[in-house]
Formats: sequence, C-alpha cells, structure tokens
Amino acid sequence: MIEIINLEKSFAGTKILKGISSVFETGKTNLIIGQSGSGKTVLLKSLLGIHTPESGKICFDGRVYSELEDGEKRELRTEIGMVFQGSALFDSMTVAENVGFPLRMFTKDNSAKIKERVDQVLKRVDLVDAHNKLPSQISGGMQKRVAIARAIVNRPKYLFCDEPNSGLDPNTAILIDNLIKEITEEYDITTVINTHDMNSVMEIGENILFLKNGLKAWQGTKEEIFKTDNQDVVDFVYSSNLFKKVREAYLKE
Amino acid sequence: MMLIRYITQIGRYFLMLKEIFSKQTKWSVMKKLIFKEIDDLVIESLGIVAFISFFVGGVVAIQTALNLTNPLIPKYLIGFATRQSIILEFAPTFISVIMAGKMGSFITSSIGTMRVTEQIDALEVMGVNSLNYLVFPKIIALLLYPFLIGIAMFLGILGGWMAGVYGGFTSSAEFVNGAQMDFIPFHIAYAFIKTLIFAMLLATIPSFHGYYMKGGALEVGKASTVAFVWTSVSIILFNYILTQLLLGA
Repeated sequence: MIEIINLEKSFAGTKILKGISSVFETGKTNLIIGQSGSGKTVLLKSLLGIHTPESGKICFDGRVYSELEDGEKRELRTEIGMVFQGSALFDSMTVAENVGFPLRMFTKDNSAKIKERVDQVLKRVDLVDAHNKLPSQISGGMQKRVAIARAIVNRPKYLFCDEPNSGLDPNTAILIDNLIKEITEEYDITTVINTHDMNSVMEIGENILFLKNGLKAWQGTKEEIFKTDNQDVVDFVYSSNLFKKVREAYLKE
Repeated sequence: MMLIRYITQIGRYFLMLKEIFSKQTKWSVMKKLIFKEIDDLVIESLGIVAFISFFVGGVVAIQTALNLTNPLIPKYLIGFATRQSIILEFAPTFISVIMAGKMGSFITSSIGTMRVTEQIDALEVMGVNSLNYLVFPKIIALLLYPFLIGIAMFLGILGGWMAGVYGGFTSSAEFVNGAQMDFIPFHIAYAFIKTLIFAMLLATIPSFHGYYMKGGALEVGKASTVAFVWTSVSIILFNYILTQLLLGA
C-alpha cells in the first residue's frame, strides 16, 4: 500500500501539487486521471523519487520515503517497477538483455538463472520469439510488453505505469490494460497508473484518483464514477458522446 | 547574469564529477560497459586518427621544406620541425580538438537521446547511479586515449618522412637525422600528461551536456554543438596552462 499525505510540489514558484492525500491499495489497479497540467505526471514522478516534494509524506507500506537513509532509498527503489510512456527500453540492448537488466544489476543470480526468469516473464507477457531483437525492431505494443516484463522481472512490490497505452491501437491498448491488471493480481502488487484513456478507466479502474489543478477533486471506483454527480469528473470523463451514452445506459440498468 | 550562469554550470559540472565516482555499478556489469566504450570511443577512432595524422604529418614536412629557402639552413631541420610539431602540439592537442567533434558529439548525442527517451529516468527509478553507469566507463576507456595519440605521433612523423623523401624535399638520412636531433624525452611525457587531461575533458564535458540537456531531438543536436565548443575551448585553455606549467616554468 502507498499512502500520500498532504503532498505539495512547486516549479519556478508555481504550485503544481497543492496538498494531495490519497491511498493506493495493494492488489488493485490504482488510476490517476485528470486533464493535462493537472499534476498527474508530477505526482507520479514524486512517487518515483524523481521529484522531491516540498512538503508532505509518501509512505510505502509504512516506510516514509523522505525519512529513509540513502541506502534504504536505493533498496526501496529495487522494489519498484516502472513502465514509461515511451517504454524507455535501452536501445543498445536486445529484448532479453533489457528484461534481464534489473536482475544483472541487483541480484547475484548466475546467467542460467537470469535466462530462466527472463524466459518466464517474456512468456508471461506473450513474447516468446523476440529475445534477440532490438527495441527498434519490434512494434510499439511489443515494446510496451517488454517494458512490463522488465518492470516485473525483479518481482516488485510496486508497479508504476505512465500512460501505458498511449500511441497504441484500441485492441492492443486493451490487451496491455488487462495484462497490467492480471499481473497486479497475480503478483499482489500496488499498481499506480497515470492515464488519459477513458477506456482504461472503464476497463481496469479499481481505485481512481481524479486531479484538477493540483488538487484531489474526486476518488472512487469505476462503478462509482458512473454514479458520481461531481461536475468536474462528469465533464472530464464523459466529454465524448460515446461515454455519455455508456453512462446513461449504465444508470438505466 | 551570464557570468553567474557560467559559474553555476561549472559548479554543476564538478558536482557531476563527484557523483560519477560514488555508488559504483556492479563490476560484472561495469566490465562489459568499459569494453564497449573502448570499442566505441578508442578503436572506432583509430581510422580517422591514422588518416589525419599521416597526411597532416606530410603537410607539415612539405610546408617546412618550402619555407627553408635559405641554402645555409640544413635540410635535416625538416625532420626536426616535423617531429617537434607532431609530438608537442599536433598529436596531443589538435587530434584532441578533432576528437572533441567525433567522440564528443557521439557521447552527447547518445546520452542526450537517453535523456529524451526517459532511459536515464528508467535507470534512476531502478536505483542505478546513472552518472556512474554512463560516464565512469567512458573515463576508464579513455585512459587508453594516449595509445591513440602515440599512434598519431608515429604516423604523423611517418607521413612527414614519406612526403619529405618521396616528394624530393630531403633525403631519408637527413630526415631521420633531424627527427633524432636534440631529442628531449620529457617532451613525450609532457605530451602524454596533456593527453590524459584532455581525455578526462573529452569524456566528461560532452557527457555533462548530454546528461543535463532538456527538450527533444532538436536540443540533442544543439547540445552536441555546445559540447563540441566547450570541449574545444577547455582543451585549448588547458593546453596553454599545462604548457606554461610543464615547459615554461
């Protein structure tokens, strides 16, 4: 479980996060949604330790990140898996080398053991024939699968995904969403996804945090989002006619 | 304002150097990275260094010969002048300026692209000291840079000998005699001391510009140009300081 308490962060005098508090639960897909500029990415990067908040606390299963020693912070980071928006695969490494990278860096496993685990996770994400290909030789959807495989290879406790299905066709996007959800349940990890994609919200949103202008404007489940009368959420989530109709149909039922 | 910006950047550069040598990457991983950097930075530069050195050595010999119009000036000075210019300045300094373009742009663009595509963020999130992982192997690989400069010295003098002898400017014996005349072994030490300092600049200044760049593909190109300018300026400046310290004192 990740708990954030009264998180604040500014850039060049402009407050981006204005005292956000929330809880991201273990074994659930926790989504952060909101318009561009609402503070989603800053919040995610603060959770990852890339940005340092000015005030507030981030607790990883009771461990307050800002109170940890450098060694403890590094230790905690090995428990984190991250899927970047552009996949962020290492260009000079093959798919198998990319996936095995965290194991080579942080474990004492020998090559055979690393290969076994890499094969296992690549099979889990349905990529069995891509071991020796370079990231530039595979499609965007496959790159996302490799990024997911790399994020989970070291059996993380926390998985963060930044726009995991941006730039993907709708079918592949749904496959990636479902893969993340399945992995979250299978590994019993705390998954936090930063997304714009309303399909993802409807598909896998078990705990949704809606941000507006750096503030928490709403939090609930995908079922609750259909029923909410919070005008900001309604304006954002049901901005398209399709989703308006989906909502109407759901409410009629 | 500009001065403050430069001082800030210099301070940031030294903080980067400190960070490079902290939190070391596992040796088994680092070993492979060092060999890759030796290949990318040193071995890949052999061809261009050999080509430039050989022909510039030839040009130095021809220019010297053409300027020795007084019949009282002995022809062996062609060999002497070629050796002195190649060993003291051309090989260590001008090859380094050329390498600031070749190696420097490679280093800045590869690290800058990693920054733009979030690969550096990925390393940091995993708990890897990205500066140590990316820059330390380059510094170690460039400890072999004097080897490259040694080859440049040899080929420069060889090019001078070939141009002098086969161009009909001097005889082989006269050139060799001049090349051996008044040889001061410390000049070789001076050249290699400079080379090691330049190697450090070549590894770290382009890395600094790539690592701290912001923006997209266009900014990667701009960062490569800025890195080339600052690496060249630093090499020329350090060349002056080291020459004053090592030869002028």
